[in-house]
Amino acid sequence: MSVQSTTPRPVAANSVWPQLESLLPQVTKPIQYVGGELGAVVKDWDAAAVRWALMYPDAYEVGLPNQGVQILYEVLNELPDVLAERTYAVWPDLEKLMRAHRVPQFTVDAHRPVRDFDVFGISFATELGYTNLLTAIDLAGIPLLAADRTDADPVVLAGGHAAFNPEPIADFIDAAVLGDGEEAVLEITAIVREWKAEGCPGGRDELLLRLARTESVYVPRFYDVDYLPDGRIQRVVPNRADVPFRVHKRTTMDLDAWPYPKKPLVPLAETVHERYAVEIFRGCTRGCRFCQAGMITRPVRERSITTVGQMVQEGLEFSGFHEVGLLSLSSADHSEIGDMCSGLAEQYAGTNVSLSLPSTRVDAFNIDLAQELSRNGRRTGLTFAPEGGSERIRKVINKMVSKDDLIRTVVTAYTNGWRQVKLYFMCGLPTETDDDVLEIADMAHEVIRAGRAATGSKDIRCTVSIGGFVPKPHTPFQWAAMERPEVIDGRLKLLKQAINADRSLGRAIGFRYHDGEPSLIEGLLSRGDRRVGAVIRKVWENGGRFDGWSEHFSYQRWVDAAAEVLPAFGVDLDWYTTRERDELEVLPWDHLDSGLDKDWLWQDWQDSLSEYEQDDCRWTPCFDCGVCPAMDTEIQIGPTGKKLLPLTPVNGLKLPAGTQQ
Amino acid sequence: MPIAFSQGFTPHPKISYASAAPTGVGSEAEYLEIGLREPVDPARLRDALDAALSPGLDVLDAVEAAGGSLADRIEASRWRIELPDVDPAALERAVTAFTAAGEIQVERMTKQGRRTFDARAAVIAIDMLPPSETPSGEPAVPCAILEVVVRQVTPSVRPDDVLSGLRVVAGLEPPVPPRVTRLAQGTLTAQGEIVDPLDADRDGATIGER
Repeated sequence: MSVQSTTPRPVAANSVWPQLESLLPQVTKPIQYVGGELGAVVKDWDAAAVRWALMYPDAYEVGLPNQGVQILYEVLNELPDVLAERTYAVWPDLEKLMRAHRVPQFTVDAHRPVRDFDVFGISFATELGYTNLLTAIDLAGIPLLAADRTDADPVVLAGGHAAFNPEPIADFIDAAVLGDGEEAVLEITAIVREWKAEGCPGGRDELLLRLARTESVYVPRFYDVDYLPDGRIQRVVPNRADVPFRVHKRTTMDLDAWPYPKKPLVPLAETVHERYAVEIFRGCTRGCRFCQAGMITRPVRERSITTVGQMVQEGLEFSGFHEVGLLSLSSADHSEIGDMCSGLAEQYAGTNVSLSLPSTRVDAFNIDLAQELSRNGRRTGLTFAPEGGSERIRKVINKMVSKDDLIRTVVTAYTNGWRQVKLYFMCGLPTETDDDVLEIADMAHEVIRAGRAATGSKDIRCTVSIGGFVPKPHTPFQWAAMERPEVIDGRLKLLKQAINADRSLGRAIGFRYHDGEPSLIEGLLSRGDRRVGAVIRKVWENGGRFDGWSEHFSYQRWVDAAAEVLPAFGVDLDWYTTRERDELEVLPWDHLDSGLDKDWLWQDWQDSLSEYEQDDCRWTPCFDCGVCPAMDTEIQIGPTGKKLLPLTPVNGLKLPAGTQQ
Repeated sequence: MPIAFSQGFTPHPKISYASAAPTGVGSEAEYLEIGLREPVDPARLRDALDAALSPGLDVLDAVEAAGGSLADRIEASRWRIELPDVDPAALERAVTAFTAAGEIQVERMTKQGRRTFDARAAVIAIDMLPPSETPSGEPAVPCAILEVVVRQVTPSVRPDDVLSGLRVVAGLEPPVPPRVTRLAQGTLTAQGEIVDPLDADRDGATIGER
């Protein structure tokens, strides 16, 4: 099914629009492919010294709002001699037509072929985008395997959280960057610019070598993996003397110096989030042991209240959005969140701007914030994430919330006028038993009972939402065994029965869950090594696309591909997923440095098994996770003591910045 | 711009589109109404909207509404349908058959499911353009061109329904997707001409003089 890359690379990049346009009436939601959003940038191709194609490997409606891509798009396009355009995964209907009419993977900005760019950067929030990567590479006319590429092909560069273990896609990418992208893309741009200005000495290999020598760009081809007879990895070592043994993650310090996005993209098509999103801080040291994001983004770096205020003001003025999301991994933990919320609520009182604060903790403070934010009368739902059903399992995962706290918090929400509360849990956690999961039902029953008593009303509801646990690299659970999908599904069935065992209470409780099968495959991809690449390729050849979408995901396709490919290596699907690793096993990502000390991670894993909790280093002494000294970083938190001032009301019409009247 | 919002739990900006062109169809004549909180110079409003919209979405004019609903002034549309690789003689036969028919039942998927309706009655005029007219896009491709004037009815009869009608009466099957552009829409005069629906506001005249 692969398209042969026989067409020579054109001298000047031609827009594929003339060929694409006639295909669009035949596909669903064609507007997602036309570009032209407010905030989009189209630059002169020939005037650019370095050209980036940036991809979020999912459908436009999911990919467009992605913060990472928007930030890098803007950072790169601010450079006068650099051009960055965006591309997204095309739906199978358009893919089919593109193959039939030989239209290559294109950018939405100027509809240029992705193969014409210098760097093709893909941001992976989740491993389930891997098959979409292969589609994009193949549609672009780029050879699927990095080893087959020539100087006519862009450098295929992976980033995002999944890039902390890019080994399963090591054969398909040329390089990967770990950590924050703002400075990394500038450094890579400088290297590409210089190499091109010198006349591309040494070709592709030399460019990749220069990138590898930064010690923060991982080039898989320069590392060999040796295996033990039992299938485990023996070692991962450089195959040449001039590349580093370990590749380190990037950390952007001082978020106030990087106030992006300034000019958020405003889509013409419908997307999953239509809001101005501003990160109020990066990193999290709550220490939830399942949470890869919290582990790999340390230390905590706050954006100051005044920068946030200014970004919101300018972002709304530019975009015309009516919703603001204050994003982070645990937004209520910002040292000035109270003043931030009340200040913004005050500034936008009486307007149609609504504020939202996702990712909050389970405590009453959170309700104060939510009340502040709903001053305009719009009440969004409240979500609390105790994650584990029993006190015991919450100690295992280091989610320090007691049952009493939770019930008190939810009841406070009900008495303050919320009618609907969502509770988020995980199933399949290490050491979990049926009883741990069944306690979710007790908790939900008690929430409703206490809520009814406190409000005197039967008109309150809660939704119990369950996600499947997936062990991730660079977390204390990186050694853990996954539970089998049928065990997970069995537990969820028991839980559903337990919730509905009391019919009166059960009626007020919604139950949402995902079954265990997709999680197992995500587990294969997240902790896989280079041998898993053959499974991904097989699945893709058999039609695997959009694996993050339940209507497209096929568990059987993955099981079949694994069974076909893995035995040759002496391993199987279970070996990667339901097998617990021991302390000395070489993990596929050990040569990739997130800053976390592996001994500390192991100790935290042992603490988890003995149900010992670990506090947050922002308000207790450092517990030596290793990140700050290894990365030469430090915690950057307030309070600054500053306040948000009232805005001067804006009268009359505003033209978007950068446009001519 | 000081846009007005609807009341209620989730306020929405007050914008209403009158008979928007279907997806995949070009248009030179779309109209919409915007509710504002305060009076604004229409020329400034036009500039601000045009600057915020994508290239190719050009805001040409804005007038202050004198009253009456915009939707009531949209009585008909003129469409240009370019049919690459269609033999003009075959198209002419199809148009003749179409014109001669009293009623042509066609089918289309709507949000309510598959519907069957008459595509003939709403068509006020259906003309082939002389071959001297060059089609837009690729000039090398031989191409037959239709212009149709279709009355705004319910369920709406769209250009693809007219093409379905040509298939039903004469078996016309365009080998490649047609390129359709809406050229005008508005009120319909007794002579079958389409009048810009904003004219009434420009003249200060009120609607209902037709």
